[in-house]
Amino acid sequence: MEAHSAISVTANPQVPEFGPGDTVRVNFRIREGERERVQAFQGVVIKKQGRAPGTTFTVRRVTYNIGIERTFPIYSPLLESVEVVRRGIVRRAKLYYLRGLSGRAARIKERRQPGRRSQASSQ
Amino acid sequence: MIRGMLGKKIGMSQVFLPDGRVVPVTVIEAGPCTVTQLRTSDRDGYEAAQLGFTQVKRLNKPLRGHLGRTGLFRHLRELSTDTLDDLHVGQQVNVDLFQVGEKVDVIGTSKGRGFQGTIKRHGFSGGPRTHGQSDRARAPGSIGGTTTPGRVFKGKKMAGHMGNTRITVKNLEVVEVDPERNLLLVKGGVPGAPNSLLTIRKTR
Repeated sequence: MEAHSAISVTANPQVPEFGPGDTVRVNFRIREGERERVQAFQGVVIKKQGRAPGTTFTVRRVTYNIGIERTFPIYSPLLESVEVVRRGIVRRAKLYYLRGLSGRAARIKERRQPGRRSQASSQ
Repeated sequence: MIRGMLGKKIGMSQVFLPDGRVVPVTVIEAGPCTVTQLRTSDRDGYEAAQLGFTQVKRLNKPLRGHLGRTGLFRHLRELSTDTLDDLHVGQQVNVDLFQVGEKVDVIGTSKGRGFQGTIKRHGFSGGPRTHGQSDRARAPGSIGGTTTPGRVFKGKKMAGHMGNTRITVKNLEVVEVDPERNLLLVKGGVPGAPNSLLTIRKTR
């Protein structure tokens, strides 16, 4: 038996299938003192890592010329929802090379034809 | 009631609380155990219950004689009891013995690390790595005086065999109990490698 399989995880219905290269908008609940609000973070998914319940994904965005990466636990109850803004074509699972690129070089080609994965999720 | 039971370490994982905090947990396959013998004050001078865990097919003849009626088990351990009144030989002990939120002590055998130096074994800081030093980086330093006392004190921390000893971790919180799969989730780490035998008992 394996330790992770002992933990029951329920997938958040507000989190669709997505992968590295996709641009996503992550709505994450944060506490500000007593108040709770939803904060959005939009960027490119550069990696997905780990097995349930410890799976995390990292989103990278560049604002004012400063790269910001945030890592979210997929099975966290604080993860309100994830919206896929754009599907990207990439050839690797970890897009660390984006860190060394900026501007036009850091673009990712969009997947226009609905791929196998997006078809499966729409059914 | 009996105060604990036997189990097998499965490994570690994590659990999310509703407020988003992550709790590190050890997954333990606890029981089912069978009471194989009762120790009574009259006969043995103390009270305890002997538990059997992990059914096996083959066992040597003395143990077959001892366990004949209750089934054959690989592991036998004695555990203290509140009272022997509600226990009888052949009785089953299951994980539902524990409640969520309860504190337990977990006893296991730590991973063997072989012959280790003082830095790993006792947390010594070692010597300087630079300034012309050679062969001093992981040395233990002085181990005592000179003519007085003329010997090394007993119990001086030195290199030697590390691990593979009985370790008790106290006051671990029970996070989840799954009687269907005989699983116990306990907050924090537990000694030993996966698949090793553990004794879980209620904290006094």
